[in-house]
Amino acid sequence: MIIVFAVFLLTLLVITAVAVVRTENLFVAVMLMAIFSLLMAANFFILDAADVALTEAAVGAGVTTVIFLGALALTAEKERSRLTGRGLALGVVAVTVLVLIYATFDKPRLGDPEAPVHQHVAPWYLEQTPELIGIPNVVTAVLASYRGYDTLGEVFVVFAACIGVLFLLGAPPPKRTTPRPAATSGLRHHLVPQVVGRLLVPFIVLFGLYVQFHGEYGPGGGFQAGAIIATGLILHALLEGEKASIRAIPRGALFGMVVGGALLYGFVGVLGMLLGGNFLDYSVLHSDPVKGQQYGIIAIEAGVGIAVCGALMSIFHAFAARD
Amino acid sequence: MELLGHYNYWVFAVALMIGFYAVIARGNLIKKLLGLSIFQSAVFLMYITMDKVEGGTAPIIQPGVPDQIYSNPLPQVLILTAIVVGVSTTALGLAVVVRIKETYGSIEEHEIYEADQPS
Repeated sequence: MIIVFAVFLLTLLVITAVAVVRTENLFVAVMLMAIFSLLMAANFFILDAADVALTEAAVGAGVTTVIFLGALALTAEKERSRLTGRGLALGVVAVTVLVLIYATFDKPRLGDPEAPVHQHVAPWYLEQTPELIGIPNVVTAVLASYRGYDTLGEVFVVFAACIGVLFLLGAPPPKRTTPRPAATSGLRHHLVPQVVGRLLVPFIVLFGLYVQFHGEYGPGGGFQAGAIIATGLILHALLEGEKASIRAIPRGALFGMVVGGALLYGFVGVLGMLLGGNFLDYSVLHSDPVKGQQYGIIAIEAGVGIAVCGALMSIFHAFAARD
Repeated sequence: MELLGHYNYWVFAVALMIGFYAVIARGNLIKKLLGLSIFQSAVFLMYITMDKVEGGTAPIIQPGVPDQIYSNPLPQVLILTAIVVGVSTTALGLAVVVRIKETYGSIEEHEIYEADQPS
């Protein structure tokens, strides 16, 4: 039964992707892209990836859509297409699809327990995590402890991208010939979104905090929580207007969050070295190595959550404040 | 069942190339970035497809259920971080597009190209 549902969702996914590419109205394309992300999140959930589904739903359907809309407001809503070389492009794409599909027949079928990907380190992670780290969510354990170097790198990529956006959009804009109509008051004059949205904001932020602190036991962790809290705060900014949002959390505080979160992660790593272990080795943080691992994971997940939330909010404000 | 064992990978291939088509055939810069997002999501789908084990569940250890099969956590970790990095890099691309619009007054590839030609 579930496979019928999966095939249905995947077919919808392809149809949505075609619609995104075909439509000439960019606003419609961005909205369809949000639907594409939600369908993708549902697919991830069917494929047992609860953590990834949570992230895709918050980031793909939430934050990405808002950032695209912010960019559309600064550029153009309609595509003025001039299609040249369309036949050649279609030919290249069609041939590549056929080659890729031919290549998939060498891949193990979906769910094959004998597939090579399940033979290497994954069984070790699943067997050893309860003993070595003592937390149920293996995804969090791999993310924060076994592959902590990777995650540190990813946090710094987010940090660098955030700095790049702030540099690009922080420069004074060129003088505008026609002044843009002031649209900073948010949705204050629309009663229904205002009331419903205001009710939702605290619960979204609360859920984000739950995902942050429950990430060791259920699906969740810093990346998901940072994205969910950022969507809640962005909803607040859309309802109350840009100014009210900056009054609530000033820009400086957001920058502090990005820098502080990344530094907290690095600091935990260095702390492990000072206590006689390796960089990002949490076992030495407590006399009981399992407890030490747990303290380390909680600390770096907090760092990730703070950095991701700050980065996404800074990026949002960079687009929203430019006119 | 056996026939549909590769369906996820076929959808991966098709979605990947739909995104790629938008990047190479569409002249609008925002449309190109949307295509790149689809391309990226297709790669995510391929990785997550590989993590599934038949009869398995999400890799959250349940004490007291000794014979439970768990799906592979490793692809999930890789994609989890990639999604958040993906939105940051997309935002960086959009910031570049906004600056191009301010400088050239257009986000259509052919108009930007014409503006760059010495007249």
